Amino acid sequence: MTIQTHNSNVLMNTSTMAYRNLLKTMHNPDQFMDVIVQPVMFMLMFGYLFGGAIAGGVQAYLPTIVPGILIQTMLSAASGSGSQIREDLDSGVFDRFKSLPMAHIAPLAGQLFGDVLRLIIATITSLTTGYFMGWRPEVGFGWIVVIGLLAILTGWALSWLFALVGLLAKHAETVQSFSLMTMLVLSFMSNAFVPLKSLTKPLQVIARFNPVTGVITAIRQILATGSWTQSALLVLVFDLSIVVVFAPLTVWAYDRN
Amino acid sequence: MTAIKAVEVSHLTKKFGHQTVVNDISFDVQPGEVFGLLGPNGAGKTTTLRMMTTLLKADTGQVKIFGHDTIKEGRLARSMFGLTGQYASVDADISARENLMIFSRLNGLSRQAAKQRTAELLAEFSLEHAADDPLKNFSGGMRRRLDLAVSLITRPALIFLDEPTTGLDPRTRTQMWETIRQLVRQGSTVLLTTQYLDEADALADRLAVIDHGKLVKVGTPAELKQQVGGTKLVFTVSERAQVATAVRVLAPQVTTAVQQIGQQLQISLNQLSQLAPILAAINQAKIEISQLSVQEPSLDDVFMTLTVGKN
Repeated sequence: MTIQTHNSNVLMNTSTMAYRNLLKTMHNPDQFMDVIVQPVMFMLMFGYLFGGAIAGGVQAYLPTIVPGILIQTMLSAASGSGSQIREDLDSGVFDRFKSLPMAHIAPLAGQLFGDVLRLIIATITSLTTGYFMGWRPEVGFGWIVVIGLLAILTGWALSWLFALVGLLAKHAETVQSFSLMTMLVLSFMSNAFVPLKSLTKPLQVIARFNPVTGVITAIRQILATGSWTQSALLVLVFDLSIVVVFAPLTVWAYDRN
Repeated sequence: MTAIKAVEVSHLTKKFGHQTVVNDISFDVQPGEVFGLLGPNGAGKTTTLRMMTTLLKADTGQVKIFGHDTIKEGRLARSMFGLTGQYASVDADISARENLMIFSRLNGLSRQAAKQRTAELLAEFSLEHAADDPLKNFSGGMRRRLDLAVSLITRPALIFLDEPTTGLDPRTRTQMWETIRQLVRQGSTVLLTTQYLDEADALADRLAVIDHGKLVKVGTPAELKQQVGGTKLVFTVSERAQVATAVRVLAPQVTTAVQQIGQQLQISLNQLSQLAPILAAINQAKIEISQLSVQEPSLDDVFMTLTVGKN
């Protein structure tokens, strides 16, 4: 008896791989730690610790910190895909994927599309925690969705970059420590938690050039004005450029493996 | 018309840096046979297998699977074999059923067909009771069975097994052998690597002995054993004083010198018909012997003779 197979295509293979990643996370809920526990913890901790010192109160601090933590969480969620890819490559299961008559790119694509779910969860958790702490943006719900999508797109664009790091690095540990460092430096050396004016001059220059600052500024502007701003457009262009530049590089590094 | 070979390996070579890991290896595997790649650790078995299964690019040389070049017709060639790697190549984070489902889908089965095949394989490999448990709770043997089940989703005509029983306990090992034999009965061609001689002896129709990246010998286990000398007659002379006499008396009866280890004598037999005159000569000289045995050469002897130990 023969088994009926049809020529599988990239889309079908990719969705199967994305489903596999989803199953993996379902079986290991601790993989959701960084997208659920971390934003809640940081939001509470930073909000109540620094709110008084920086903004004169938690309520006044929330418009600053909610977008800040949101983007920080995106960074850390995106960095997870790098170490995930490295771990996958190191395990025997990747050999099996490669020996199958399937679209060559599907495991990588599946990982990156599966990550979108993590990013969505991270966004919802961050914004909901903010809401419970008393954050009440004065714009309509539609704009909240817009900033959520902008954050998710940013996170997704960055996950290509981290995937590249994961593919080039030799060990999963290297990827993890690199990701953690990048996440800390980029999120703290920005306007995520403190006003830029409070920084020393050299630090201000660095923070201004930090793309994280740009993304956070754009989100704050949308939330403050309830309109699509120039800086939001800039973020959109920035995100898409990252994908355009890094997607081929990542695919190249993947082929090389 | 010549029949298409299941595997055709010609002049395969692979270097890692300056080290030549696989050195100009060529061999064929006939459809329906179990072909064993035998060699010590680090001989280049797995590297050869990885090149045959398109996981690794060869520096030079060619591999054809049922007549299809693995480079030029990679996808077609890949659709014709199943692979079970040395390290369990299943997803440890998800259940057995999910593994089978996902790999079925990736192999191009429809959702309905994937479900049906998953159920069949779970039953066939006695994994039904643990189908939805996380693989973390699986024993080594169960994992290996699942691994093999995944390789068999499309009922491939050719199955590659990389050290299928390494690390398994004797009982699970025997079960695995039985599973492999059953595959062959169903018409599959099996290519396996192993460092266990008894495994090669028990399973393989033909063997290729590999050492230091080179193909040392190809043949049936019987042929290989013949290579290292035929049957041996071994016995012990009861009286120490009679040992010298025994050697002298036997000299005209044997073609190769009698080997003496203490009171034990070993004689290589070219033909079993030599046995009677030898025993008659011993009897005539009134030499008392004990612990007589006729020993067939084992693959151990083949292995020791053909391969040069790295340690």
